Amino acid sequence: MKKLSIEERLGTTKFIVDEGVPHIVLDKSICATCKGKPCVKACPAGLYQVQGDSVSFDFAGCLECGTCRVVCLPKGLKWEYPRGTFGVEFRYG
Amino acid sequence: MSEERFDAIVVGAGPAGSVAAYCMAKAGLEVLLIERGSTPGEKSMTGGRLYGHSLHKIIPNFWEEAPVERKVTRETVTFMTGETAVSLDVKSEKWNETPSFTVLRSEFDAWLASKAEEAGAMLAAGVKVDELILENGKVVGVRCDEDEMFANVVIAADGVNSLLAQKAGIRGEILPKHVATGAKEVIELPREVIEDRFNLSEDTGAAQLFVGECTRGLQGGGFIYTNKNTVSLGLVITAEEFAHTEHRIIDLIEEFKMHPAIQPLIEGGKVVEYSGHLVPEGGLSMMPPLVNDGLLIVGDAAGFVLNTGYMVRGMDLAIASGEAAANAVIAAKAQEDYSKQGLASYQTDLENSFVLRDLKTYAKAPSFMENKRIFGHYPFFVEEMMVNLFKVNRTPAKPIMKETWTTIKRYGGLVQLAKDAWKGVSAL
Repeated sequence: MKKLSIEERLGTTKFIVDEGVPHIVLDKSICATCKGKPCVKACPAGLYQVQGDSVSFDFAGCLECGTCRVVCLPKGLKWEYPRGTFGVEFRYG
Repeated sequence: MSEERFDAIVVGAGPAGSVAAYCMAKAGLEVLLIERGSTPGEKSMTGGRLYGHSLHKIIPNFWEEAPVERKVTRETVTFMTGETAVSLDVKSEKWNETPSFTVLRSEFDAWLASKAEEAGAMLAAGVKVDELILENGKVVGVRCDEDEMFANVVIAADGVNSLLAQKAGIRGEILPKHVATGAKEVIELPREVIEDRFNLSEDTGAAQLFVGECTRGLQGGGFIYTNKNTVSLGLVITAEEFAHTEHRIIDLIEEFKMHPAIQPLIEGGKVVEYSGHLVPEGGLSMMPPLVNDGLLIVGDAAGFVLNTGYMVRGMDLAIASGEAAANAVIAAKAQEDYSKQGLASYQTDLENSFVLRDLKTYAKAPSFMENKRIFGHYPFFVEEMMVNLFKVNRTPAKPIMKETWTTIKRYGGLVQLAKDAWKGVSAL
């Protein structure tokens, strides 16, 4: 069995994306001042990526665990669950 | 009861919420169970094992009807380095009296919520609760988008992030050292292949925990649970660790799969789902006030998880807390007192049960686990001892005691070892 990229892995998981209604919103000016950027390493969906001084982020593919919310000590993000019926749908869990 | 007021609203149809709703509905209370997923179970995720005792108390022999995967008869704890795995492997039929089961939560939670519905609870799925409604400091209902729903008591079973209690100012922010991030792959394999590779008979299962290289010495560990025709494999790492490492959890889980001790177990398998979750591990030090005016907090939202390193428990505590909360609401209804005092039996019930007793017994475990030597140091110590023990070549052998003594000295000496061992024994 070989390693899978995070995209390949997320491809096995079912998502109903709430297009245009992100449930996590970043304040990238705060991200730019954050040195450790723990979200990049901690997000189990790999949705945070270093981009220059700041980070890029895509809410589609979010597993709704809340890790980024907890590790973001500078409070650079607003975090909510997606609206009812939207987001990840675990078929195994 | 007036049309618009429930005896209780339960937020979240996980094990704690569904059990609370089930027990209250069975006692004749008007219960609304609200779940943000389109169906219960869809947002739930576990490593995966359920210790059966607390649900067995509520639904005797539940495993005969519930969608459980396998009954665990084999427990393994493994210290791993890059090339070596040293395991304690126990296979026994003696756990049958209080069995534990591997589970997949999507199906399991849907079943448990259906039991609550059968008992008379009303289920509102696909509805996200935005916040609690407070009147004069007392919780009187929930707000979902434009809708308001009222009840004498709200039970917050909204999971580890517990946004409801936080938004209401009942609890503070969760600290990174109090939670661990989990990532899991569900890997499909034929039933017989799983049974052959893990040395199992039909319907029996294995639970394996790993410490060391799988997290590159970061506080946490790996796990494998065998399901019927899938294997759940993953990592759990304390969230605080990500501030001081360059390792990403998404890479570590793939490297864990490639380890020479793991690869043969999953060879030929197909990943059918990838998931992530947060595990509350802070124990008593992260626990919110459990009883509030018109509000009880249960399950992961209350931080009811025990991770001792060789055993992880959450769902059995969640289920018992759901039952205790239900009993408190039933008692409060009899007295028509839904204040903090009226609901206080929830706290005392938990204090007298295994839930808070076990959390107290293992209260030192989280800080013991912060000892870097356990995850980064001792796996190598164990490797060196064991590899030398079984190594045969043309170098003349040294007596075992001498060899062991050399290893102990290299890893900090007997005093350090004894200190850590003592801390471990007294924390666990």
